[in-house]
Amino acid sequence: MKKIEAIIQPFKLDEVKEALKGIGIDGMTITEVRGHGRQKGHKEVYRGQEYNVDLLPKVKIEMVIPSNRYEEVLRTVTAAARSGKIGDGKIFVYDVAEAVRIRNDDRGESAL
Amino acid sequence: MNLRVFPLLLAPAMLLAQDGAGVNARLSAVEAAAKSAQSAGDNAWMLVSAALVLMMTGPGLALFYGGLVRRKNVLGTMMQSFVLMAVVTVIWAVAGYSLAFGGSGPFIGDFHFALLQNVGAAPNPDYASTIPQQTFMVYQLMFAIITPALISGAFAERMKFSAMLLFTALWSLLVYFPMAHMVWGKGGFLNAFSGGSIPCFDFAGGTVVHITSGVSALVCALYLGKRGGYPSTPMKPHNMTLSFIGACLLWVGWFGFNAGSALAASPLATSAFVATHFGAAAAALTWMVAEWIHVGKPSVLGGISGAVAGLVAITPASGFVKPFPALLIGACAGVLCYFMVVKAKHAFGYDDSLDAFGVHGCGGTLGALLTGVFATSLVNDGLKDAAGRVQPLGAVDGHFGQIWNQAIGCAISWVLAIVGTLVILKICDLLVGVRVSKEEELQGLDLSQHGEEGYILEA
Repeated sequence: MKKIEAIIQPFKLDEVKEALKGIGIDGMTITEVRGHGRQKGHKEVYRGQEYNVDLLPKVKIEMVIPSNRYEEVLRTVTAAARSGKIGDGKIFVYDVAEAVRIRNDDRGESAL
Repeated sequence: MNLRVFPLLLAPAMLLAQDGAGVNARLSAVEAAAKSAQSAGDNAWMLVSAALVLMMTGPGLALFYGGLVRRKNVLGTMMQSFVLMAVVTVIWAVAGYSLAFGGSGPFIGDFHFALLQNVGAAPNPDYASTIPQQTFMVYQLMFAIITPALISGAFAERMKFSAMLLFTALWSLLVYFPMAHMVWGKGGFLNAFSGGSIPCFDFAGGTVVHITSGVSALVCALYLGKRGGYPSTPMKPHNMTLSFIGACLLWVGWFGFNAGSALAASPLATSAFVATHFGAAAAALTWMVAEWIHVGKPSVLGGISGAVAGLVAITPASGFVKPFPALLIGACAGVLCYFMVVKAKHAFGYDDSLDAFGVHGCGGTLGALLTGVFATSLVNDGLKDAAGRVQPLGAVDGHFGQIWNQAIGCAISWVLAIVGTLVILKICDLLVGVRVSKEEELQGLDLSQHGEEGYILEA
């Protein structure tokens, strides 16, 4: 099992969700986060007072998938989340030791 | 209108049909009916105006200021407006109305109307002869509420709630009531329409409301000092949408403030309504354009701040000027207040947190002075000499000396605000301490002063 952690532009969330649904991936957890990588922030001005905003709003998608599908999922998320501009985000992949479905004690990939 | 005219048209027919005592009785019945119809119209408008002016404080100003502070201070800031709707009302009932509008002394009223004695359904012809005095009383109360609320923009995010209550109560007594009496009260020192020594024109409160509150705000900002971390820590407005709604409510409420100051549903009220709207529109545009040129983008906060600046500046002039001078006054206010808020404040380094001085103090002074330029008897023929001839008002009527009168009015307002506020702050500081502790300031006013939070996201 692999855990995919994708940090993407908030406005790309719907496209990514649709694309994942298209390849039969339903389960995911979404968090609104703030952060930055290489992207520089932007300037805001309130009554002449300037503020540099460098932590920008992003959406973090977390999902655990069967190992054999992770290349396919990576390609799908990357394609759907890409606008081609700086600030599109990153994807991190982890190995997952175990999964449990709390309702009925299913273990491993059958719990996903 | 029909209600008023109809009995008058019938009058001649009645005369023919009746004779002797019957005619007289009929005539006085017709007169009473006409009076009652006018009173009904005027009273309806004045009650609506009173409600509109209250709406400017809560929710208008509470939302405008509440959105501009940081999240942790949103409730505390809204409370500083809201609580005055209660506190000032009680003071007003006990003695405030009487100190502002009782008697005929030059500087302050008396206790003739204390505890609202002698204030009932009968009109007070000294002020408004067609509406119940109670209507006039409650209308003026709404002004007394919003004026100290405006000051809270300067001491936002750092004043103790207890000190703020004490400060505003004393401020109403020592600054607002005397100023209101001097400018609007019978026999007032600055009241042009009641034989004032220095005839000053202030239709709806340029000196009484905006200079007193704006200048007092500056004194508060200087006395309390900067907020912890200002200006290096970011202190962005936490919710611009609240501020936007608040500013738009202020704009609408201001029609009650200015057009209501005609104290009747008269053509003068219409004229003031139009001038008010035009002033706001022009200032919203000039502030926005100034910012667009200066910073590169026209901000929403700039647009709404400009509108408020224009409303402030047109307030003293609203019942005296024609529509195009109103546009001009607004346009000047947008640029001046933008400069004061964006340049002057940072150059001098005081922390007038929400720009109560930059907008109300400066906009109010500008408006009061320009009233001396653009006031014309073509709009307001209320100033008459002993023989009943209409007198020229401002420079456009050829009466250039009025600008000087207005300047003296402004100066008196400035001095009263500075001295009064300093004395009151000192008293509050000795009695309860004016500023919250560093820890309380870090925690925010909502939790430290009121034990609650504005946004409870996990609930």
